[in-house]
Amino acid sequence: MYLYLKYISILFKSQAQYRLSFWLLTVGQALTPLTVLAGLYFMFAQFGQVKGWTFYEAALCYAVIGLSYALSETFARGFDMFSSLVGSGDFDRLLVRPRSTILQVLGSKFEFARLGRMLQSLIVLFWSLSKLPIELTFPKLFTLMLMIVCGVLIFSGLFVATASLSFWTIQGIEVANVFTDGGREMAKYPLSIYEKWVTNFFTYVIPLGCVNYLPLLYVLGRTDGHQLRYMLSPLAGVVFILPCLLLWHIGVRHYRSTGS
Amino acid sequence: MNTYLSVWKLRFVSGLQYRTAAIAGMATQLFFGFVFIMVYVAFYAHSSAQPSMSLEQLATYIWLQQIFLAFVMLWFRDNEIFNLITSGNIAYELCRPCGIYSFWYAKLLAQRLASAILRCIPILLVAFLLPKPYNLTMPPTAATFALFVVTLLLGLAVNIAISMFIYISVFWTMSPVGSTLVIAVIGEFLAGMIIPVPLMPSWMQAITYALPFRWTADFPFRVYSGQIPQSEAVWGILIQFVWLAALILLGRWCLKRALRQVVVQGG
Amino acid sequence: MIALQGINKSFKVARRTAGVRQAVKALFAREHTIVEALHNISFEISPGEIVGYIGPNGAGKSTTIKVMSGILVPDNGTCKILGYTPWQDRAAYVRNIGVVFGQRTQLWWDVPVIDSFGLLRDIYKIPGDVYHANLAMLTESLALTDIVQTPVRQLSLGQRMRCEIAASLLHDPKILFLDEPTIGLDAASKIAVRQFIKRINKERGVTVILTTHDMNDIEALADRILMIGKGTLLYDGTLNDLRSRFGSKRIVTVDYREHYEPVPIDGVTCLSWSPERAVYSMDIEVTPVASVIARLSEQVEVVDLEVGTTPVEELVLELYKEHRI
Repeated sequence: MYLYLKYISILFKSQAQYRLSFWLLTVGQALTPLTVLAGLYFMFAQFGQVKGWTFYEAALCYAVIGLSYALSETFARGFDMFSSLVGSGDFDRLLVRPRSTILQVLGSKFEFARLGRMLQSLIVLFWSLSKLPIELTFPKLFTLMLMIVCGVLIFSGLFVATASLSFWTIQGIEVANVFTDGGREMAKYPLSIYEKWVTNFFTYVIPLGCVNYLPLLYVLGRTDGHQLRYMLSPLAGVVFILPCLLLWHIGVRHYRSTGS
Repeated sequence: MNTYLSVWKLRFVSGLQYRTAAIAGMATQLFFGFVFIMVYVAFYAHSSAQPSMSLEQLATYIWLQQIFLAFVMLWFRDNEIFNLITSGNIAYELCRPCGIYSFWYAKLLAQRLASAILRCIPILLVAFLLPKPYNLTMPPTAATFALFVVTLLLGLAVNIAISMFIYISVFWTMSPVGSTLVIAVIGEFLAGMIIPVPLMPSWMQAITYALPFRWTADFPFRVYSGQIPQSEAVWGILIQFVWLAALILLGRWCLKRALRQVVVQGG
Repeated sequence: MIALQGINKSFKVARRTAGVRQAVKALFAREHTIVEALHNISFEISPGEIVGYIGPNGAGKSTTIKVMSGILVPDNGTCKILGYTPWQDRAAYVRNIGVVFGQRTQLWWDVPVIDSFGLLRDIYKIPGDVYHANLAMLTESLALTDIVQTPVRQLSLGQRMRCEIAASLLHDPKILFLDEPTIGLDAASKIAVRQFIKRINKERGVTVILTTHDMNDIEALADRILMIGKGTLLYDGTLNDLRSRFGSKRIVTVDYREHYEPVPIDGVTCLSWSPERAVYSMDIEVTPVASVIARLSEQVEVVDLEVGTTPVEELVLELYKEHRI
C-alpha cells in the first residue's frame, strides 16, 4: 500500500510537468460525461420519462455508474493501457522486480485528470439525490456506498480481464470495450428499459445490474419485499473480480512461456 | 501528388493487416449501434410527445453513425504524428520535399478510409437484415443517395481539416491527450454523435448549425433519410465547401506558426 | 552459481508479406513459422566472473538473458541460479539480480532521477542505511552528483546509461545482467561504463553477464566469452584461448621515410600502403616477423615499427565464419 502511494506520487510529479495538457485533460475529462449528461437531459426534455423512470432517477443511476467507472479508471488505468506495456516490451521490466505484477501495473498509470470526471459524477449524485423525494436513511446510504465500491470492483475486474487477454493477442482488444464502455453506457439507464436478454446478461454474467439497478430499486423504495436481497446484491461484484484475477495469473504464466 | 498516393497506399495496406482489430471494431460498433437504438426504442415506446424524427429515421441515423464512424469521429488518433511532434523527430518531416499539412492530411485520409472500408460493408449488411425497428432503411431515391455520398465525402474532408487542429495544438501542449479530448468531446457532441441534432432543444440546434461539426455527420445522415430535402442539400454542399476552405486555410496558417517555434525535445 | 542445462526455446512468428493482395489474403489465413530461438544451451558461471555473451543480431542473446532473469520460461531444460529456478520463484529470485536493458529505460521518464531511485528503493525494500551507502557510492563513482536532480528525458544517452546502471545496483544484486550497456554511447562514456563495471566486479564481487556488439567491451572486461549463433552455443572459453586458436597471425605496421613504391614481401599480405606507412599481415608459422623486418629495413628507412595481434573483432569474425553464421 505504501509502495502504491509512492507510485502515485511519482506519477503526479510526471504529469505536473505538462501543465497545459494536464488542465486541458482535466477539463476534457469533466466534459465527457457532461455532454453525455446533457444528452440525457435533452432526451428527457423531449420525452418526459422512459418506461416510468424520471430524469432524476435516471441521473442517479448514471451518477452511481459514472462514479464507479471513474474511480476504477483512475486506479486501474494501468490495466486499461496494458496492451501498450506488453507491446513495447516494458512488461519485462516489471517481471525483474520483486513485487507482484498486479501492484506494479496498478502503479504504472494513475491519471489525476480523471478526478474531473469523478467530481462531475459526484455532483450529479448529490444533485439527483436532493431532487428525489426519498428519505436517506442509514441503510440506504450504506447501500449507495456499497454500490459504488462494488461497481469499482466490477469495472476493475473487467480491466484486468481485458489486460490479461493482451498476453495472448495485442490485436482486437477493442472488443472488450463492449463490456467496459458498453456496460457503462447501458447501466447509466435503469436496466429495465432494455430487452429482457440484455437485462439478464448484465445481471448474471457481468453483474453491473447488481451494483446499480437492483439496489437502486431499494434506495428508491420501489421494491416489493426482500429488501435485504436488493440491498446486498452489489456483493456480486466481489464474486466477479475473482475469476478476473485468476485469468491475469494464467496470462502472466502464458506470457512467460511465449513472449519475445 | 505521387508522394501522397504512395503514403496513402502504405497506410491502407498496413490498415488492412490488422484483421482481428477490424473484426473487433465491427463487433463493437454493431453492439453500440444496437444499444443506442434500444435506448431510443424505450424512449419512444410510451411517449406522448411528437419528436421531430421518426424511430425509423433515428435507427438509420444511428446506423450510419456506426458504419461511417471512422469518417465522422474526431477521436481518431494517429500516434505516429503525435510522437513525431513530442519527440522532436518532426525535424525529419521538415526535411522531406513536400508540405507537412498536405502530407499529414493524406495520411489521415488514408487511415480513415482504410478503417471505414473494411468495416462498413459487414455492418451495413447486418444493419439491413435486423428486424424492425432496429434496421437500417434504404434512402428514398437514387438521387438522395448520390447526394448522400457527396455530402458524406465532403463531411470527411471537413472532419480531417478539423482534426488537423488537434495535431497542431500538440505543438503547444506537448501531450496529445488533453487537446484530443477537449476538441473531440465538444466536437462530437455538436456533430450529433451523443444524441441526434434533431432531438436537441431548438436553442442547442441553433448552436450546432453555426459551427462546422454538424456538417461532418449530422448533415449527410439526414440527407440520406430524406429529412433534408434535395434542394436544401445542394445548398448544404456549398456550405460544406466554404467550411472546408476556411478550415484548411486556417490550419495551414496555424501549422506554419507552430513550425516556426518548434521545440525539439531531448537530445 | 549459474547453471543452465539443455535450455530450448522456440517462438511462433506470424509471417507478414508486402502488397495489397497479400494483405487482403492475410485477412483470412495467416502463415506461421516456428523460430527456434535457443537450442540446447548449457553453461555454468561461477561467482565473480565477468562473462561476455556475444553473437550476431537475432542469435538468441536477449532470449537467454530473459530466461536467466525470469522473464521467459523455456520450453525445456533446467536453469539454477543462486539456488533458484528463475521463472518459478520470480519475486524471491529477482531481488538478487540487477538487469539493464540498454535499449529501454527503467527510470521514470518525466521525473528527476533521484525520485526514480527512491521508488526503486521501495520496490526492492532496501533498508535505509544500505540505500544511502549505495547511493553515495554510486553517485560518486559514476559521477552522478550533478544529474540526479534532472528529469530523465533531459539526460544525454551516456548520462542516462550511467543512471540505469546505478539504478540496477541500488539493491546490492549478486548478479548483474547487462544487455548492450554501451549501445550508442560515445567513447568517453563507454570507457566510464567499462571502468565502473570492472570496479564493482572487483570490489563487490558482483557477477556480470553482458551482451554486446562492441568487441572493445569484451576485450576490456570479459575474462570469458560465450558465443551464440542461430540459437546454439558455439564457443565457451577465454579470450586468450580464442587468440591462440587463430593466434598465429601478426600485424606489422611500419612507418618509414618517403618511399614511392610498395615493398612486396613473399608470403606476406600487404593490407595498406602509402608513401610513409604500410601494414602487413602474416602467419608467423610461415613467415617469422623477424624475417619480415629484415626484408623491410633492406628496402626502406624504417622510422617506427609496431607488431600487433589480430583484433578481437576479426577473431570473432573468424569464429562466425567457421560456423557459417
